Amino acid sequence: MYVSPIREPLIKGNKDYSQVTKDILAPMAGKPGKYWYIGIALAGTAALFGGWATFVTLFTGIGSWGTNKTVGWAWDITNFVWWVGIGHAGTFISAILLLFRQKWRTSINRSAEAMTLIAVMCAGFFPLIHMGRLFLGFFIFPYPNTRALWVNFNSPLLWDVFAISTYFAVSLIFWYVGLIPDIGTVRDKATTKIRKAIYGFLSFGWTGSATHWARHETVSLILAGLAAPLVLSVHTIVSFDFATSVIPGWHTTIFPPYFVSGAVFSGFAMVLTLLIITRKALNLEQYITINHIESMNKIIILTGSIVGIAYMTEFFIAWYSGNEYEMFTFTNRAFGPYAWAYWIMMTCNVITPQLFWFKKIRTNVLITFIISIFVNIGMWFERFVIVVSSLHRDYLPSSWAMYSPTIVEVGLYVGTLGLFFTLFLLFIRAFPVIAIAEVKSVLKSSGENNNHTEHE
Amino acid sequence: MEKKYFKSLEELTIDFQAENSNRPVGDKQSLLEMQKEVKSSDASRRDFLKLFGFTVASAAIVSSCQQPVRKAIPFLIQPENIIPGIANYYASSFFDGIDYCSILVKVRDGRPIKIEGNKLSSVTSGGTNARTQASVLGLYDNARYRNPKSSGSDTSWEDVDNHIASKLSSIKSKGGKVVVVSPTIISPSTQAAINEFLTAYPGSTHIQYDTLSSSAILKANEKTFGKAFIPSYQFDKAELIVSINADFLGTWLSPIEYSKQFMKNRRLTEGQRKMSRLISFEGGVSLTGSNADKRIQIRPSEEKLVIANLYNELKKLAGQTGFDVAAASVDVKELATELWSKKGNSLVVSGNDDTDAQLMVNGINQLLENYGSSIITDVHLNIRKGIDDQMDALVVEMNAGKVDGIILYDVNPAYDYPQKDQFINGLKKVGLSISTSGLADESAILATYICPDNHYLESWNDSEIKTGFYSLTQPAIRPIFTTRQAQVSLLKWAGKNVDFRQYVQNYWDSILFAKSTGYLTATAFWNEKLHDGIFESGEKVNLPQAFVYTAVDQALSNVKSSTKTDSIELSLYVNTSVGTGKHANNPWLQELPDPVSKVTWDNYLAVSPALAEQLGLEDEQLVKVNNLITIPVVLQPGQEKNTVSIALGYGRENAGIPANGVGQNAFVLMNLSGGEKRYWLNDISIEKVAGEFKIARTQTHHSMEGRAIIRETTLEEYLTDPSSGNEAHKEILPHLTSLYEQRKVDGLNWAMSIDLNACTGCNACVVACSAENNVPVVGKDQVLMRRDMHWIRIDRYYSGDVNNPEFLRQPVMCQHCDNAPCENVCPVAATTHSNEGLNQMAYNRCIGTRYCNNNCPYKVRRFNYFDFTGADTFQGNKKDEVEMTTDLRRLVLNPDVTIRAKGVIEKCSMCVQRIQEKKLVAKSEERQLFDGEIMPACGQACPTEAIVFGNLNDEHSKVAINFVNERTYHLLEELHTLPSVGYLTKVKNTIG
Repeated sequence: MYVSPIREPLIKGNKDYSQVTKDILAPMAGKPGKYWYIGIALAGTAALFGGWATFVTLFTGIGSWGTNKTVGWAWDITNFVWWVGIGHAGTFISAILLLFRQKWRTSINRSAEAMTLIAVMCAGFFPLIHMGRLFLGFFIFPYPNTRALWVNFNSPLLWDVFAISTYFAVSLIFWYVGLIPDIGTVRDKATTKIRKAIYGFLSFGWTGSATHWARHETVSLILAGLAAPLVLSVHTIVSFDFATSVIPGWHTTIFPPYFVSGAVFSGFAMVLTLLIITRKALNLEQYITINHIESMNKIIILTGSIVGIAYMTEFFIAWYSGNEYEMFTFTNRAFGPYAWAYWIMMTCNVITPQLFWFKKIRTNVLITFIISIFVNIGMWFERFVIVVSSLHRDYLPSSWAMYSPTIVEVGLYVGTLGLFFTLFLLFIRAFPVIAIAEVKSVLKSSGENNNHTEHE
Repeated sequence: MEKKYFKSLEELTIDFQAENSNRPVGDKQSLLEMQKEVKSSDASRRDFLKLFGFTVASAAIVSSCQQPVRKAIPFLIQPENIIPGIANYYASSFFDGIDYCSILVKVRDGRPIKIEGNKLSSVTSGGTNARTQASVLGLYDNARYRNPKSSGSDTSWEDVDNHIASKLSSIKSKGGKVVVVSPTIISPSTQAAINEFLTAYPGSTHIQYDTLSSSAILKANEKTFGKAFIPSYQFDKAELIVSINADFLGTWLSPIEYSKQFMKNRRLTEGQRKMSRLISFEGGVSLTGSNADKRIQIRPSEEKLVIANLYNELKKLAGQTGFDVAAASVDVKELATELWSKKGNSLVVSGNDDTDAQLMVNGINQLLENYGSSIITDVHLNIRKGIDDQMDALVVEMNAGKVDGIILYDVNPAYDYPQKDQFINGLKKVGLSISTSGLADESAILATYICPDNHYLESWNDSEIKTGFYSLTQPAIRPIFTTRQAQVSLLKWAGKNVDFRQYVQNYWDSILFAKSTGYLTATAFWNEKLHDGIFESGEKVNLPQAFVYTAVDQALSNVKSSTKTDSIELSLYVNTSVGTGKHANNPWLQELPDPVSKVTWDNYLAVSPALAEQLGLEDEQLVKVNNLITIPVVLQPGQEKNTVSIALGYGRENAGIPANGVGQNAFVLMNLSGGEKRYWLNDISIEKVAGEFKIARTQTHHSMEGRAIIRETTLEEYLTDPSSGNEAHKEILPHLTSLYEQRKVDGLNWAMSIDLNACTGCNACVVACSAENNVPVVGKDQVLMRRDMHWIRIDRYYSGDVNNPEFLRQPVMCQHCDNAPCENVCPVAATTHSNEGLNQMAYNRCIGTRYCNNNCPYKVRRFNYFDFTGADTFQGNKKDEVEMTTDLRRLVLNPDVTIRAKGVIEKCSMCVQRIQEKKLVAKSEERQLFDGEIMPACGQACPTEAIVFGNLNDEHSKVAINFVNERTYHLLEELHTLPSVGYLTKVKNTIG
């Protein structure tokens, strides 16, 4: 395919296929470095903290949290929505960008998808742990039983169950199918017998024959087609948890698009946070280039602006509706006792991402890294503001209450962060962080060597 | 290779491969194939036996770890009228020295589990209050004495009786003095028993010691009528009521009776179009003051001056020459004119503890010709007969060593006597000290002998609350512990072995039977009265003299101008929950929010916002009052600027868990001046102490934020337009449309109507609901975390000026919406709509997502954050800081209502168990339900009948009639939740 010479190459350095394979497989070979050990020790400790918090929650009850008769959900659902949001980037990159033929995605889709899967696991943990009686959680499934009990299909929580599990299943399959050719490569390069056996099994007998490639391409395309609408549906359904309720601040029709763009926004921020570290640590700067970072920053600026407009629209509608409860809720958000959370959200989500309008900033790795963390923080507070500040002062002032978290709730959140990084660190040791086969497919057209030799 | 066995020749020769290829599936051959597989497996018979043995052994081990078996032993001989699972009701009377209530005791399977009002009594007429409702839990108090004690160690009755008898006889032989100290005795039989004791020991005396005294009223009446008595007040006969610090709806004299009377004249349903007007003067905010049509703030020291001015003005209006009385800070001329215009139809009451003040109140009522109409002088209220200085004299005598023996009968002076240290010192000098307290208390532990009394639900007794209004107390359970009625003890020590039931019956047979008409025999009289619980003879007391003004005018001329300084005054009061502290060990009462401040689990220094600003005090700041007690500050809107208040009854030291250490004992601040207990102090010092003290409140936001939550109007506007104040209802109704067809409820459609004009906020319903529905007590920590569990709460809002607000109250429970937001969000359908219009909870199905709780606009759903009732077998999640899950306490649980485990949501069910019970009764009697036959616990308890429950589909039912009343609206009706609970607007009488 013809590529304009003024386009920056997607892969830098004069690479041939074998060099690509070597570069990308390098992090998997040998003993992990010192930083990997430090990283996994820190993440593992955080995960253990979460394990303790889980134990306390299950042993003593939800009473170990700070929720109360007025604020029934707080950090639990905040964390759930935050993680689900983060879990949006991977599938968005691999499915939607694939359908839009964005070639730059090839360098980042693998790790983004892995991040998605781990994030969805972390997300799924919260609806489970927030149940008062987890051991009866299976009631949520519509299974036939002698007492003819059935689930309530009117409940958005039930829709969540299906939406999240479908999303997780499809993302997992999509990710794995994409991995198969690379696992074949890893198997071929494996030096020990055990590695060969394991990767041999995992590669499902991949030989790289034309039939295999043809089938692989077809399945990938079908899965991309399936996954693309899921990207939109999952967060839409999560937003229904709030939108279908009667609580002012929750009962809003704007929620589905606002949640989806917020999710992509936070997902890309998390991808950036992770990849900026990864490319540095694993020496993959030539594959994940400034170009990639800039492209992602452009998506962040788009989705961030959508989110910003949504915030303003909410305020406008609250005023325009003439609904006194709604008006109060929004005034209370911005100026009530949780105003600090609201202004953190506004600063991190609406103001700082606007700096990406400047090319200098959007191509600066350090500033991008800082802003991506800001977005992560801002998006967490967005969910906190929606969940807690709407609930804590709703219709009857007699029931208004304040909420503050306990160490157990903090533990659960930190625990999922720990789990997230632990699994990600294990992932970079177990699988190639960049889709080798896909990168090779664009190497000819968008690699530096290609561009330069042809046009100079 | 194993040896090959064969059963037949074919087996040996068949070629399986070849045979298999052309054989249809499922024939004999494939069975052989399977046999072969089995044979070729490694499992031998020995292995099989090993595995079998392992399985059996582990099954045996696992199944042997079972729960301990709790045996239910059936009746050998079925007692008459007792059917397991069906409740019996026994008429009885509650009297704790402060409150009186004629009651029915609900007994399920031998256990009293609930108190209800007795409708036959014309004193309390089926009403109750919080303490009466909670008294059933006192029966199961962990701090009850299990058996008699001698010098701190357990002993037997025989032993303790022998010791006491020998000591008493030695006192008798030397002519010593034994004093029986009791609260006011309203029981003729108990009085007779005490008298017999006094006769047996000449030289001994009986002193009535009231923690809450009305000494001043008694003395004033003695001066004006020649007899010390408390008259019978008739609040329903008055069109204008002026209360000068008399909390008659909450704690003054006979609040259940007065609440009932008061509301009778204010209800605007059933065609009534007029209501009385209440004007209240007070310093702190009482239940009565907060319900007043007009509330005027005065300092306690000014009460007397206000009364004097009012009396003086009325004298002038009556054409008499007035005195030259110093002006009070409030002008009462207008009030005097208003009262004068309602002559004979008004009532002035005062809780002031000064005899002169009460004399002038008598003068006012006499001038207004209220005696005979709103005050009945020939029927006397028999409570609070104690004269304060008798107790003071006793303490002096004790310290002088002049008392040889003391019997503390149902009193606790070591806690509540203002100079308790003197009492304690004096007690040490008394040779023989006996306490009959059934519960551990500060005085009992100081006594040599503890002879524990039965709980009143285990006792026989009678009472004469007002002249001619008799009632009986009968046991609803055999004594749980080795306790004995104090009356029996006294008689025993007097040398008489009596059965107290017989003793009471003898009195009724000999004295009261003569006063009755229409009974042939005394037995018939007794049996019927025992069934009814009450006997009203209609007798009257003749007063020795007509009203004498001399002392009144003397009192008026004695009034000095108020020493009006900027000094801070302290008002000591009792609240509607723990009262004088006698019930402090009752967790239901401790967790009951104060009707004004919504504070639970503590007393506090109520300070007006203006004074707090002046002194630089903040909410929850610790202060030292008069250098005696350190107590947290609570800012109380409506408090008079220079008046601070503290509730009595807290700071128990030896009452058990939970009472110990809850709050501060304010009795120590009290003064004894001129032989009368002073419930207020002048010129107190408030000193800031470092530190904060968390106060647990069930409500922390006090403004309605301009929302039409409680709709109110004035009588004037109401008379021109009955729907005034309720305009929003008319506005909203046309907008309540839906795409979906409205769900119709055929047959029974339960609904509730709450008259906000009748609700005083007394909290009786809250305790009744807790008792009926096993609502858990969560303790202070959890209330602080805003996790109180009450199914019904009374919201209280302030409006207007922060230093002189109006008070609005609204009972809120599950609204049983026909279009319920909670129902559609539950993923497992644990909360659903019944075909009778109820929103119901299936606890077993609930997985605890709390989504329903979040989506409830009324926030009436309660989540079990821990296991508060001991419902779980798993101990890790149990939370019981107030010892509500001991075997003893759990006896109070209502077996008709499931106790909820950790992790499930609960809420008001409109007492569905009561609905089902009455439906079954109606069904077995083959009839329709009557309107009003079913009454939820809250409605049953309500002394003012503010809650009406019934079938909305029956257009003649009270609730259906109320629902078409112009005053009816639904809470947050604009949300189209279609609640089954309707509220009637609050109306204030401003015509005056």
